[in-house]
Amino acid sequence: MRGSLWQLGQSITRRLAQTDKKAVTRRYFASEADLKKTVLYDFHVAHGGKMVPFAGWSMPIQYKDSIMESTINCRENGSLFDVSHMCGLSLKGKDSVPFLEKLVIADVAGLAPGTGTLTVFTNEKGGAIDDSVITKVKDDHLYIVVNAGCRDKDLAHIEEHMKAFKAKGGDVSWHIHDERSLLALQGPLAAPVLQHLTKDDLSKLYFGEFRILDINGSICFLTRTGYTGEDGFEISVPSENAVDLAKAILEKSEGKVRLTGLGARDSLRLEAGLCLYGNDMEQHTTPVEAGLTWAIGKRRRADGGFLGAEVILKQLAEGPPVRRVGFISSGPPPRSHSEIQDEKGNNIGEITSGGFSPCLKKNIAMGYVKSGQHKVGTKHKILVRGKAYEGVITKMPFVPTKYYKPS
Amino acid sequence: MASRMLWASRAASHLRISVFHRGFSTVLKDLHYAESHEWVKVDGKSATVGITDHAQDHLGDVVYVELPDVGAEVKQGEGFGAVESVKASSEVYSPVSGKVVEVNEELKESPALVNSHPFESGWFIKVEMNDAGELKNLMKPEEYSKLCDEENSSH
Repeated sequence: MRGSLWQLGQSITRRLAQTDKKAVTRRYFASEADLKKTVLYDFHVAHGGKMVPFAGWSMPIQYKDSIMESTINCRENGSLFDVSHMCGLSLKGKDSVPFLEKLVIADVAGLAPGTGTLTVFTNEKGGAIDDSVITKVKDDHLYIVVNAGCRDKDLAHIEEHMKAFKAKGGDVSWHIHDERSLLALQGPLAAPVLQHLTKDDLSKLYFGEFRILDINGSICFLTRTGYTGEDGFEISVPSENAVDLAKAILEKSEGKVRLTGLGARDSLRLEAGLCLYGNDMEQHTTPVEAGLTWAIGKRRRADGGFLGAEVILKQLAEGPPVRRVGFISSGPPPRSHSEIQDEKGNNIGEITSGGFSPCLKKNIAMGYVKSGQHKVGTKHKILVRGKAYEGVITKMPFVPTKYYKPS
Repeated sequence: MASRMLWASRAASHLRISVFHRGFSTVLKDLHYAESHEWVKVDGKSATVGITDHAQDHLGDVVYVELPDVGAEVKQGEGFGAVESVKASSEVYSPVSGKVVEVNEELKESPALVNSHPFESGWFIKVEMNDAGELKNLMKPEEYSKLCDEENSSH
């Protein structure tokens, strides 16, 4: 995903400011026609979805509920998101694991079949090409979901390395799941509602685990994961069954699980302290700087063997120059690119995401500061429209996560 | 005026934020309106300024309002403050020129008044106008109503 909704708004504002109304209208409709639609597009519109361009897709930013209401309802009841703009792909072949390990920081070999993890695709400099959830379905089948906005570059990157790998005799091939749609069901009602639609016992499926199973009469890929901090699932469903599944989920919840758009999704992930690629992580950001050191497998820290490992292992040993931190601040909500200063007014970093937390009713933000300035409780200044407001470094997640783990 | 616009209005309407099922926004008679979606209510030389129902509807939940200090000078068409919703940050432009004589302190504690009562307790500032003649640069209620309809129907 590239850029926050706010930036989207800002960039549109700039465009508008530079052109006359007719030209804008023409351009708007031209680009509108080029946008891709998920199979749920008509369903969104029928449910009052306000569709906006996002990473080349026309996606709902919100429905009838306000972003505030939707965010709170996700944590109290549940949310259903259409995330079909994200790209699911499978790697198959007996060398899939060693192949993927060249590109990501995770200990893929060490994953038990049917489990997954958040990981980062790195470049030669140790920077992030994308963040992604990867799952080991079996030793010769990996399932990967990458960001919509990164799809083209990710696929090009994987393809290039796959060619070289195969040329040396490696056994790996891919399948891009364009025949499937992706729904995210999140919140405390996610499991009880989904249990109505499958015979498999979901109480045995824990956070990060994966299963292929029948849901509502079609074969789905189910991952117990999400982007809200709540318990929940991402369901890859054959596209011809996606609308039926969405309807069934809403019906079974008796209206408590609400359709939720990108606006609340952004608030939820920020409250959960999760990165938005393109904002909080970019080509130049290493996983260590981003606070994702935990995602670097133990074996990988010792052996390296992934792109940019030298840089990353050096940072692990010596500490990174900058670190991602959370803030709670006074005044107006900080947004991405707000400057961070120390008490004396020296520039020490920049906010990468920020907003008003619907659940905490205060401003939350994340950004990067110089190492040494990153301690929890440290007071800094955040500049919004030229004025300095107090921002206190705060541990993330801002709202406690509720992942379903074995007790 | 067209050079700089409240993004709440045009951009948010391009984001199609409140197009369906909200019905029609209220436009009050006796007020003057700016193309950038501020309203002004005139009482002698005093002008009360706020943002319209249409603007608040497009912005969504307002969480913070940044206002000038009393005594500050404002100019027609120039920014004097900002309004922050959960999703966006937007500049607010003054529909008249003059000196700020009062700001709505209540918005500090209760920014949501902008959503619930955009034309009453959700007002932003009171301005002592330099030139009442500037009011002719603003839109009449019927014209403004038409603008809102156009924005809503253009997508």
